[in-house]
Amino acid sequence: MAMAAAATATAAHSNVVIRVRVAPSSSLRRSRSKEMWARAMWVRFRAAPDRGRGFASKASPQGQVQAAGQGTGTPSLALQGSGRVPTEKIEHLERLALVNFGSREAVARLEKAIAFAEQLQAVDTDGVEPLESVLENRCLYLRSDNVAEGNCAEELLQNSNHVVEEYFVAPPGNISLPDMVNRIPSPTAE
Amino acid sequence: MLGRTLREVSAALKQGQVTPTELCKKCLSLIKKTKYLNAYITVSEEVALKQAEESERRYKQGQSLGDLDGIPVAVKDNFSTAGIETTCASNMLKGYIPPYNATVVQKLLDQGALLMGKTNLDEFAMGSGSTDGVFGPVKNPWSYSKQHRERRRHDEHDDSHWLIAGGSSGGSAASVAAFTCFAALGSDTGGSTRNPAAHCGLVGFKPSYGLVSRHGLIPLVNSMDVPGIFTRCVDDTAIVLGILAGHDPKDSTTVQDPIKLSRIPSEVDVSGLCIGIPKEYLVPELSSEIRSLWSQAADLFESEGAKVIEVSLPHTSYSIVCYHVLCTSEVASNMARFDGLQYGHRSGIDVSTEAMYAATRQEGFNDVVRERILSGNFFLLKENYENYFVKAQKVRRLILRDFVNVFDSGVDVLLTPTTLTEAVPYLEFIKEDNRTRSAQDDIFTQAVNMAGLPAVSVPVALSNQGLPIGLQLIGRAFCDQQLLTVAKWFEKQVQFPVIQLQDLMDDGSLILENGKLTSVSLTQ
Repeated sequence: MAMAAAATATAAHSNVVIRVRVAPSSSLRRSRSKEMWARAMWVRFRAAPDRGRGFASKASPQGQVQAAGQGTGTPSLALQGSGRVPTEKIEHLERLALVNFGSREAVARLEKAIAFAEQLQAVDTDGVEPLESVLENRCLYLRSDNVAEGNCAEELLQNSNHVVEEYFVAPPGNISLPDMVNRIPSPTAE
Repeated sequence: MLGRTLREVSAALKQGQVTPTELCKKCLSLIKKTKYLNAYITVSEEVALKQAEESERRYKQGQSLGDLDGIPVAVKDNFSTAGIETTCASNMLKGYIPPYNATVVQKLLDQGALLMGKTNLDEFAMGSGSTDGVFGPVKNPWSYSKQHRERRRHDEHDDSHWLIAGGSSGGSAASVAAFTCFAALGSDTGGSTRNPAAHCGLVGFKPSYGLVSRHGLIPLVNSMDVPGIFTRCVDDTAIVLGILAGHDPKDSTTVQDPIKLSRIPSEVDVSGLCIGIPKEYLVPELSSEIRSLWSQAADLFESEGAKVIEVSLPHTSYSIVCYHVLCTSEVASNMARFDGLQYGHRSGIDVSTEAMYAATRQEGFNDVVRERILSGNFFLLKENYENYFVKAQKVRRLILRDFVNVFDSGVDVLLTPTTLTEAVPYLEFIKEDNRTRSAQDDIFTQAVNMAGLPAVSVPVALSNQGLPIGLQLIGRAFCDQQLLTVAKWFEKQVQFPVIQLQDLMDDGSLILENGKLTSVSLTQ
């Protein structure tokens, strides 16, 4: 089987012989490529080490877990490179997002994510405009100002949990959320 | 009949060899038999049977709507479907019933397709394994295939070594791979259609950004999301794409150019093509089997007269980081709509609006989603905005430029792997967290989303564990037709084998013949 023969590759890993199963009527032919690059690529493919664990070349440095209550006292700026996110920053993020981290591991994962994102700084983007949409070279079009749909208030109200007549009912909005994010009690059993 | 192509089944329906109701019942019964795969969140049995009835009436009157009339399809559960629960595999939307159909769903229904159900996914489409949804993980049908079971060393009856289906559209992939439908919709933001397609041995197509409407697709990253298509062969993909593509007034990011997609010719000549092999995609983590297949595929094109050259996409190594920042930032924005007030889960806490929002979001979202929201908010902080978000947008432009330069230099199609390895066992997959896995698994697929290009994963061969391996073809923007043409040629050359599933073989109505499924009797 040409395919199977061609598929045999030596690798440092114990998984040496690779048999590729193909239906008998396969017409995948073995190449007799003359191009230098093709042979070079083939050699390259064979010489490259087998899959390593994880993502070695892009491993992000382990962020240090910020123990709760250990405020650094420095102004809340972007990460200083040590991987720590100040407690005030954590609270600020929770406040903005209205979700909380829930655990130290989650904070540690954020720190890893941030450290991971640091790699972007290595790219030279002088004179490069930010790309917002791949369709930026096209005009955003307008449609004619005619009412085409609507009149579905009832349908939409049906999806809400708490409705009174045609109003969505919300709890009082003039109460701020101090520290409540970190101390949200479990849902009351009602 | 379930193993046939869309066109063949459509012809059979027209000739009366099979009726939509029979097809529908067959698929429903198979869905029940393969329930352990956990591919479906909702099975819309009544809806499907009713649609089948209507389709049958149309066929009797000789007024079928087209190639998709009476054909069972499935839809990923982040597409809105009127009257059918749409959950995004999240507690936040459990019980949510949209009042409208996503445009792509509507288009399928308008063509008479039968909606079998909503498929499972990673929560809010965040993930690369379909393991992080609240309804549980999706199992790869190939875990139970004869081809794999013959090769693996574990006890036949031990189910703990089942493999992931890939993600985040794993349920859609599993549903098509297990023959419970002929086509399924997925979404593709970083590879979420191509990744599970490769793991499940299917054709997974990502259209050009702006070609297919996103209206009704619950958004993850507005600038990168597209609906994706799963089928068992490229011809079927072309049929579905022909129906879905086109301007939608409800989605202002769809282009207004007239889209003309015609049937892909059966005889394709690749000798005039230029195939590019991006050298930066040859990474150490790539499995030697896939490396070998990639190389052979390149040789194959060359032996048929195509020009195959090495190209460079210099910013490849930064694309994962760039994606990570942009994705989390857009997620932080998109997830802000979930506050419990107008739809979805609402917490019982009602001390104040903010407390209610916070509790609702705490209860409704899982760890993965919450962490992405928090990361995104970090990158969007005023002090970080320039250094992270805008910087990532600039890098995105550089990545797009890389592709444009390569295509401008005469390359028609790029050939790359889709995944680093074949599908891994679930127990191994969960050893790393979601973000790490996504960063690893998306490496070949997500740069395409950043550039908005069309791409397709074509199943190529089985690994020595008997599991599918796919390769990816990337085309120029809005050259989806050309891309599918090349993919069809490639598919014909590699002759990927049909999955041999015990459930199908036990079912008396299907027998295996030279690796191709043929129908024996449908009267049951």
